[in-house]
Amino acid sequence: MRVYQFSEQPYYPAWNEHSGSLRVIFPNRKCDPRVAADLFHRYYDEYQLTDELGLDIMLNEHHQTATCMSSAVVVGLAILARATQRARLLVLGYPIGHRPDPLRVAEELSTIDVISRGRLDMGFIKGIPYEIAASNQNPVHLMERFWEAHDFILKAMTTHDGTFNWEGDYFHYRQVNVWPRVWQEPHPPVWSTTGSTTQARVLGERGYVMATLGTGFGTRRIYDAYRNGYVAKHGKAPGADRFAYLGLVAVAKNREEARKRGELIAGYLRTSPIVYPPFRNPPGYLPPEDNARMMRGESPPRTYTKGGRVISMQTAPIDDLIDAGVLFCGTPDEVYDQLVAFCEHCGGMGNLLMMGHGGFLSHQQTVDNLSLFAREVFPRLKAYKQPDPEAALATVAA
Amino acid sequence: MSRAAESVPSGKPSGLTVAGARIDLIERGEGKPLLFLHPENGIDPSLPAIDELARRAHVVAPTHPGFGRSDLPKGMRTIDDMSYFYLDLLDQLALRDVAVVGVSLGAWIAAEIAVKTTAQLSQLVMANAVGVKVSDRETRDIADIFAVTEPDYLEMVYCDPAIGRRDYKTLPDAVVLAAARAREATARFAWSPYFHNPALNRRLHRIRIPTLFLWGAHDRMLSEAYGRAYCAMIPGARFELIERAGHFPHEEQPKIFAEKVMNFVACK
Repeated sequence: MRVYQFSEQPYYPAWNEHSGSLRVIFPNRKCDPRVAADLFHRYYDEYQLTDELGLDIMLNEHHQTATCMSSAVVVGLAILARATQRARLLVLGYPIGHRPDPLRVAEELSTIDVISRGRLDMGFIKGIPYEIAASNQNPVHLMERFWEAHDFILKAMTTHDGTFNWEGDYFHYRQVNVWPRVWQEPHPPVWSTTGSTTQARVLGERGYVMATLGTGFGTRRIYDAYRNGYVAKHGKAPGADRFAYLGLVAVAKNREEARKRGELIAGYLRTSPIVYPPFRNPPGYLPPEDNARMMRGESPPRTYTKGGRVISMQTAPIDDLIDAGVLFCGTPDEVYDQLVAFCEHCGGMGNLLMMGHGGFLSHQQTVDNLSLFAREVFPRLKAYKQPDPEAALATVAA
Repeated sequence: MSRAAESVPSGKPSGLTVAGARIDLIERGEGKPLLFLHPENGIDPSLPAIDELARRAHVVAPTHPGFGRSDLPKGMRTIDDMSYFYLDLLDQLALRDVAVVGVSLGAWIAAEIAVKTTAQLSQLVMANAVGVKVSDRETRDIADIFAVTEPDYLEMVYCDPAIGRRDYKTLPDAVVLAAARAREATARFAWSPYFHNPALNRRLHRIRIPTLFLWGAHDRMLSEAYGRAYCAMIPGARFELIERAGHFPHEEQPKIFAEKVMNFVACK
C-alpha cells in the first residue's frame, strides 16, 4: 500500500468567527496574512517531514474558504516539487472543468512533472458544489467542460512533434505545443474522485485511479461499479493500486492520546460542511432526477458503519467515525487492524490518502502523529497482501 | 397547417415537434394568435392567466426546450439559440400577425426573436423582462436568485410569497421533476452572462412594432428603474405598472395582466 499524507492547510484561527458560512461569503478580513504565512510555512515543513519519513504527499485546492488556504494548488505543487526529494506529489484535485484555460493547466502540470523529476500524480476532479460560486462556470455544463479539458490536457501532454489544432465546444486553440515536455511517459498517472456509481464505472473503463472520501463501509458499492467498468474494457480485474480512499488518521502510543488527536483532526469534518445553504447545491450540479428526490426530502445517506448504520460525519462521535471507517484511530496496532479490515471490505484498496493533519491538531502533535505512523504502521501496510483482485471481482458478479 | 400535434382533450398540453425536438404545447381559445412565452419557473397548464388570455385570443403556449417535459435540442445553450427555435415554430405553425407575450425569461426570448425579425409579429408584451445589462459592471441589475434560500427567493419574486410556496413532498412526481428541470434549464441559459445578453442592448432599436412593458410593482429581483431603462431602448415602447404583483404578474394578477395585454393587442 502507498500512503499519501494530506492536509487542507486550514486557516483554523477564524473557525469560531463565522456566522453560518466558512465558505464562499466568509469575509477575508478574518484572515490575518501574518498568521496565514506562519501556517503555510508550518504546513510545508510538515510536508517536508512527510517526504523524509518515506510517505507520499497529496495536495488539493478549495476557494474562498477558511477550511483550506490552498486556493491555487499549483503554488503548493511548485514549492514541494523543489523542496522534497522522493515523495510522489498527488494533486487531488485539480478542478479542470472550472478552469478557463486548460492549456495553462497542461503547462503548469508538465512543469511540475519535470521539476519533480516525474513525481506528479494528476487528479482531475469535478469540484464540490461550493466551488461553482468562485469560478462562476455554468454548473449545467461542468462535466462536459471537464471531459473536454481532460481530453485536451492529455493530448497536449502527448503531442511532441509540433502544434495541433483544437476547436471544441468549450475551448479553442490553433497552435498547441506545450513546453516543457512531461517527464513521465506517456503522461503523469491520472486520478479522479467520485461518490457516484455511474461515474465510478466510467473511471473504471478508463483505468484511472479512483478515490472516494467519507464513503466508509459503503465504499465497496462504488469500488464494485469501478470493477464492472474496468473488466468490461480491460478484460481482467483492477488491482488494488487502482483504488484510493481518504481517511482521517490519528495514531498515538496510547488510546486516550489517539482519541484526543482524532477529535482535533475531526475538526475538519465538523467545519467542512458549514456553508450558506444556497451554495450547497447549485442548479445543474446534480441531474434533475436527483434534485427532484432531494426536493421531496429523500437524500441518499453517504456514510455507513460496518454494521450498516448511517452516521453524520459532521456530528458523529469519535467511536462512530471509527466504526464507519472515516477515522482510523488508536495505537499503531489498532490503526493497522482498522485499515486492514477496511481494505478487506473494499476487496482491495492500494492508496491510503491519509489526513494526518486536520482541524486544530498542533504542529508537535502532527509531527508525532506522522512519525509514529511512518515508523510503526506504514512498514506493515507496505507488507500487507491485498485481497485477490479476481476474487473481489467474482463477488461483484455473484 | 403543417404541424405534428397530438390532440389531447381537457386542457392538457399536446406535443409538437420542432427542429427535431418534441415540446409540450398548450393551445386554447380562438381569434388573434398570441404566443405566450413562460418565465424561468416554467408553465402550469392550469394557470388562470392562460384561460384569461384565451377568452379573447388563440393562445399558443409552449413549454420551452429543456423545461417541463420538453426536449432540449442538441447544442442549444443560449437564449439566442432558443429564439431561432421559436422562429422555426412560428414558421411551422404558419402563424401570422402574432402578439408575443413573454414574462421574465420568456420576455428575454421574445426580445431576441423580435430583434431578428418582426415579420410575423404584430405586438410585443414584455412583463418583468430580463435580458439586458443597464448599470455599470459592479452594479448587479438582477438579484442573484441562486445565492438566496428558497424562502428569501419567494419574498423576492412575489408580492404574496404564499402564491409561490410548494410542498414538494405532496406533489406528483412529474410536477417535482418539472420544477427541478426548470431550475436547471434556467441556469443553462442564464448563468453567465447572468440573465442577459450583452449584445442585446445594441439590437433593441430594430424592434419597430408596438411594445408594452408590464411591470409587477413589487418585484425585488428586478427594479422598476431597470424595467424603465430597458423599455427606453425599444422605440416607442410604453411602460405600465401592475400593483400587488411581483416578478410574475401573470400569476399574482391574472385578470389585470390579461386585460392589459388584450387592451394593448386590440388597439394597435
